[in-house]
Amino acid sequence: MDILAAVAVMALGALLLGAALGYAAIRFKVEGNPVTDKINAILPQTQCGQCGFPGCKPYAEAISAGKAEINLCPPGGSEGTRKLAELLGRDFVPPAGEAETKKKRVIAVIVEDRCIGCTLCIQACPVDAIVGAARQMHTVVESLCTGCELCLKPCPVECIDMRTPPETPETWRWPEAGK
Amino acid sequence: MLRTSFHFPGGVKPDSNKEASARDPIAFAPLPERLALPLKQSAGVAPSPVVRVGERVKKGQVIAAAEQWISASLHAPTSGRIADIGNYPLAHPSGLPAPAIIIETDGLEEWQERPPPDWQRLAPQEVQQYLQQSGVVGLGGAVFPSHVKLDAEARMEELIINGAECEPYVTCDDRLMRERAAEIVSGIALLRDLTGAGQTLIAIENNKPEAIRAMRGAISEHRENFTVVTLPTRYPAGSLRQLIYALTGKRAPFNVLPTAMGVQCFNVATVYSIWRALAHGEPVARRVVTVSGNVRAPRNWDVPLGMSMEALLQLSGPLSDTNGLIVGGPMMGTFLPLTNAPITKGSNCLIARSPRLFPPRPPESPCIRCTACAQACPQGLQPFELYWWSRARDFDKAARYALSECIECGCCAYVCPASIPLVHYFRYAKGELAAAAREQKMADDAKSRFEFRQFRAEREKTEKAEKLAKAAAAQAAKRAAEESAASGEPENMASQEERH
Repeated sequence: MDILAAVAVMALGALLLGAALGYAAIRFKVEGNPVTDKINAILPQTQCGQCGFPGCKPYAEAISAGKAEINLCPPGGSEGTRKLAELLGRDFVPPAGEAETKKKRVIAVIVEDRCIGCTLCIQACPVDAIVGAARQMHTVVESLCTGCELCLKPCPVECIDMRTPPETPETWRWPEAGK
Repeated sequence: MLRTSFHFPGGVKPDSNKEASARDPIAFAPLPERLALPLKQSAGVAPSPVVRVGERVKKGQVIAAAEQWISASLHAPTSGRIADIGNYPLAHPSGLPAPAIIIETDGLEEWQERPPPDWQRLAPQEVQQYLQQSGVVGLGGAVFPSHVKLDAEARMEELIINGAECEPYVTCDDRLMRERAAEIVSGIALLRDLTGAGQTLIAIENNKPEAIRAMRGAISEHRENFTVVTLPTRYPAGSLRQLIYALTGKRAPFNVLPTAMGVQCFNVATVYSIWRALAHGEPVARRVVTVSGNVRAPRNWDVPLGMSMEALLQLSGPLSDTNGLIVGGPMMGTFLPLTNAPITKGSNCLIARSPRLFPPRPPESPCIRCTACAQACPQGLQPFELYWWSRARDFDKAARYALSECIECGCCAYVCPASIPLVHYFRYAKGELAAAAREQKMADDAKSRFEFRQFRAEREKTEKAEKLAKAAAAQAAKRAAEESAASGEPENMASQEERH
C-alpha cells in the first residue's frame, strides 16, 4: 500500500512539473535563435560573401547549425575567429587562407569619368551604399561602404577601385607605447 | 571675504616656472603676411568654408560657418585675400595635415561692419546663437563651444570662473587678469545674468598675487559680490572636477556632468572673449599665447589666429639649442618638433624645448606596484591597473577600471619611479576603444541596411507577384467578358469555365 502512495506522489509531482515546464516553454518562448544573433554580432557585417554564404547572417545561421567552420571570415580575421571560438566553446582554428589577418578598412571608389551608368553595381551592393540611376553617373557613399568588393565583378567597364581611406587627425590613434 | 577651499585628492607640485613669462605685459605680435586657419578649432563639428579662393575678406568676416549645434564659426583675423583652401600642417601629435583656409594679409586691418548686439534685450537663445556665430569657445584648452554650456534650463547654483592656471610655464590667464580685469569682471556679470547663478566664485592659485589683487580691485570698482577664492598651488587645481570640488565640495559621479549638479565653469580668457563678442561685436580671431622655455625673452603675445608657431617663437628669440616645441603646458601639452603649424583657439602656450630644460625621459623599467600613481591620481583611479590592462591590450578590462574617467593630467607619469609613460598607454588604449566603438557602430549600421535591403527585395517580389496575379485576373475577366458578349450568357459561361 505504501509503495502505491509513493508512486502516486512521484507521479503527481512529475505531472505538475511537466505542466509547469510545458507552460513556461509556451509563455517564455524565445523568438529566433539567440546563438545565431550572438554569432552575428561578432561578424563584421561586411556582407561580402567571402565565407561562401550570402551575407553575415546566413553564415551565422550556418555556424549555429554546425554546418560551417568558424574560420571562414576574412574581414573578421583571427581576432573575429578567436571571439567566435570563445563564444561557442570551440577550439581556436587558425583562419583559412585569406582570413589570416584582419583587413584594413578599404572602400570602393567609382572613377567617375569611366562610369557609364549601368546600375549593375547598385544591384550588387548589399548595404545600398551606391547611389545613381540609369545612364547617370554613380557614386559610393563613403561612410556606408563596407569594402566587400561585391561591386567590382559586375562592373562592365572596371571603373571601381578599392582604396584605403586617408588617415586624418580625427581617425588617427596613439601608437602603442615604446613602439 | 575669505573662503577656504576643499582639498581634492592626489595632485602634484611641479616647479611652476611662471615668473619669467609673467614679468612683462602682453605685447601685440606684428601681423604676419600669411595666416593659416584650420577649420576645426573647437570640439564638435568643424564649420564649413563660406569663402572662395581669391575672394577678399575683411577683418572679423565669417570665413567658415557653424552648421551644427556643437560647432563654432571661424573668422578672418585681419583683412586680406583667400589664397587657398586645402590640407595644411596642424599642431597635432599625428603630424597629419587638416583642412585649413589660407589668408594673404594686406596690412590694412579693415574691419567688417559689425555693430555690437543689444545683448541686454536678446532672448537667451539669441545670445547663444550670437556667441556661436562669434566663434566663442573655451580658451582654457578644451575648446568646447561656450554657447552650448549656456544651454542649461535649470538655474545655476554656482558660477565658477577658472583663473587657476595650474600648468607650469603658462601665464596667459595671469597676465590677462592683471591687465584686463575690468572687462573680465563685466563679462562675469553678464554670465551671471545669463545663467542666473546664485553665487559666483573666481578661482585663482595663490602663486598669482597680482592677478588676485587686480581682480579684487575690479570687483569692488564694479560693486559686484563675486568671491575670489585663493587656491593652494597644486596641479591640477584648474581641472574641471577638481576645481568644482575645491570650491564647492560637490563631487560629480562618473558619467555625470557638473552642469547636472548646478555648477557651470568658464575660463577667464573665455569670459573675456564673451564680453568682447557681446559688448563690442568682436569675434574670436586673436588670443593671448605664452611663449616661454628656452627663449631669450619669455613673455605673452596677443596673436592673430593662424600665425605660424615658428614665427611666433622667433619673436621671443629661441636659443640655439632649441630642439622642439611643447604646445600647451609641459604636463598635458603636445610635444612636437619645430613646426610652422598655426596658432589656433586652443593654443595657450608655446614652450621651446632644449635637452637641458626637458631631458629625455629615462628608459621605462618594470612596474613595481608601489601605487605612487594611485596616490597622485586626482580622479581617484588606479593607474597601475589601467597600465596593466592597456599593456596587455585587454581594453575592455581597462574600460571597466574607468579608463574613460582619466583626464590625462600626467600626475601618475610624473611620480612614477619606474619612468613608465603611463599617459601614453592610456591614450593608446582610449584610441583603440574609440576605434572599436566606431567599427561596432559601422557594423551595426551595415547590418540594419543589409536587413532592410533583404526586406525590400522580399517586398518587391511579393508586390510583383501580386501585380502579375492582378494582371492575370484582369486578363481572364476581360476574356470572359468578351466570350460572354459573344454567347450572351455571361453567368453560365463563367461558371462553366471555372468547372473546366
